Amino acid sequence: MKINGARMVIEAIRHEGVDVVFGYPGGAIMNVYDEIYKQNHFQHILTRHEQAAIHAADGYSRATGKVGVAIVTSGPGFTNAVTGLATAYMDSIPMVVISGQVPTSIIGTDGFQEIDAVGISRPCTKHNYLVQNIEELPRILKEAFYVARSGRPGPVHVDIPKDVTATMGDFDYEKEINMPTYKPTTKGNKRQIKKALEAIAQAKKPLIYVGGGAVLSNAFVDIREFAKKTNIPVVETLMARGVMGADNPLLMGMLGMHGEYSANMAMYETDLIISLGARFDDRVTGRLDQFAKSATIVHVDVDPASIGKIVVPHYPIVGDLKLVMEDLNEMVHDFEFNDYASWVSRLKEYQKEQPLRFVDSDEVIKPQWVVKRTGELLGYKAIVTTDVGQHQMWTAQFYPFDFARQFVTSGGLGTMGFGLPAAMGVARGKEDKVSINFTGDGSILMNIQELMTCVEYKLPVINIILNNNYLGMVRQWQTMFYDDRLAETDLSTQPDFVKLIEAFGGVGYRVSTKEQFDEALHKAVEAKKVAFIEVIVDRRENVLPMVPNGHALNEMHLLKD
Amino acid sequence: MNNFNHYYDSIETRRVISVIVINEDSVLSRIVGLFSARGYNIDSLTVAPIPDSEYSRITIVTVGSKRVIDQIVKQLNKLIPVLKVNEHSNVIEKDTVLIKIPIDQNLSDVAALAAAYRGSIQNVTEDAIVVSATDEPSRIMNFIKVIQKRFHPLEIVRSGVVAMER
Repeated sequence: MKINGARMVIEAIRHEGVDVVFGYPGGAIMNVYDEIYKQNHFQHILTRHEQAAIHAADGYSRATGKVGVAIVTSGPGFTNAVTGLATAYMDSIPMVVISGQVPTSIIGTDGFQEIDAVGISRPCTKHNYLVQNIEELPRILKEAFYVARSGRPGPVHVDIPKDVTATMGDFDYEKEINMPTYKPTTKGNKRQIKKALEAIAQAKKPLIYVGGGAVLSNAFVDIREFAKKTNIPVVETLMARGVMGADNPLLMGMLGMHGEYSANMAMYETDLIISLGARFDDRVTGRLDQFAKSATIVHVDVDPASIGKIVVPHYPIVGDLKLVMEDLNEMVHDFEFNDYASWVSRLKEYQKEQPLRFVDSDEVIKPQWVVKRTGELLGYKAIVTTDVGQHQMWTAQFYPFDFARQFVTSGGLGTMGFGLPAAMGVARGKEDKVSINFTGDGSILMNIQELMTCVEYKLPVINIILNNNYLGMVRQWQTMFYDDRLAETDLSTQPDFVKLIEAFGGVGYRVSTKEQFDEALHKAVEAKKVAFIEVIVDRRENVLPMVPNGHALNEMHLLKD
Repeated sequence: MNNFNHYYDSIETRRVISVIVINEDSVLSRIVGLFSARGYNIDSLTVAPIPDSEYSRITIVTVGSKRVIDQIVKQLNKLIPVLKVNEHSNVIEKDTVLIKIPIDQNLSDVAALAAAYRGSIQNVTEDAIVVSATDEPSRIMNFIKVIQKRFHPLEIVRSGVVAMER
């Protein structure tokens, strides 16, 4: 039976088992929306901005592990989507974004709402397609989902001209994938794994360095098991928060620019790094020529290009982290490991000497207290998103993350405005959990129109706004590195956040004492509505510890009493 | 043992890389975009379909440290339409040049010089002589230098390098 191209899009989404799609209609994508209207296989959530549709699909994917799907129109619809694509690309999030394009007869004429969408999305997607005719549409849709979720995952963009969505054709979706040029390696080389284990067994101060790949490949149980079997301490990147679990005795904390002292010292002193799905980002390594100078490096990554890009490993292992960890856990019994107890206790000493802490106050609420308190009250029951800035780092530092996919944050691109729409995706994907979005007074205004989406679709996102009347992280750098010249970071002119959310139809609370906060959080959870808890926090609080840009990991600014 | 950037030889070397790609729209812009986005150099680039197949061969000459060349190969391999990437060390390289020379120059001198570089006169009109030569890129460079010095060429067009493993 022949169906039109628009219907093929619906059928592909149905075949992929996707139960929610985020999007925004427009001229060039109307045929697809007409079919969305007729179907009942999945829910469509209408966001109020295309960027938010992509972030929502992204948040949905990060929280559930499924492929996120978003649909936008051509021209401005697509260009609005680009920040979302770049965000997902930097953090390797599996996603398929479908955009409408002007009819093939108009392409290249600067037609109304025409833009070279695939030209724009090329550097910020794993792969992209401009569909030229109806015959290739089923194959492209199938490939798009496959490419998005396999190998190193990432966003895939499919641009479909309006006439292609109107044309009738055969839809044969069950075909096997046949991509001779795309065959990602999943199984790690056993001999190389064995060699790596030999090296690990000889090390005196080995360290497991876990990155976002551990979350993407669902390897966190295996990593916990490997650490436990070998008694090797672990540090997590921002993207790996939750992999080890907050109370795991082998966890030395998050490392990097705002990492814990114990984690950064562990990385500084280790003689063997076992990198698991981490990519040696500059925010993690600090000054590169001082980074783990004498350490042997084992680097496991599904993406061969990530291996050797920044540091050159002695034992590269290409493969899906989950599968490699299964091999490691199986082969680990054949080796006799050194006793790392004294190494672990040395790091524990560091943790005791310089714990992650802040100076609390009775006069003014400290932002760290808010994060910690939320963790005490909701803990693992909440899935936490953030925007970008100081609040993001405080959340990464002080929230007790207990499992992978509990922390949803824009790591690689650092996208302000990510938090609220991503939290919508979380709220839709994990309806049994509380969706908390820590945000700042700067970030929240970047996609605030999405409060309307939350109200319409009953997405009970609780936004905790840590309001310091500043663009806080930039202000912190200005204070520390620009002699306190606060160029354009004072955000004293503010909306009435409580009235604002009430105008949209949500609930809002402004708090300036600890008691008020507890009460507001309780009410917000009970309300089951989109909520603001605006917390007036200490204006001049800094994120510490901090490794200044261009410094080595052991050169940290620590909190002074 | 030292792990990092300077672990690799930082000496810049010239490398010929050939890339076999699916013959489809925009594949060349993916390749070129990769080089520009990551700040890699392209010295020369040639593309043509591989006979009797759905693939094309792209030959790229680039200059970089071993680390950069390794990354170029890995990043190229990562592109979805790329079937195979070869980094050549032992290849036959050929470059073709077409040179237009004013007609008032001595025809037999031009012919003799071209012959020395395995070239020949391709066309003569009432205004100009066109010579061509095909040889190793370095010899072609020399040929161009000599012609420039001696015959005031009007136009020089090079093909870029094609290469084949010995």
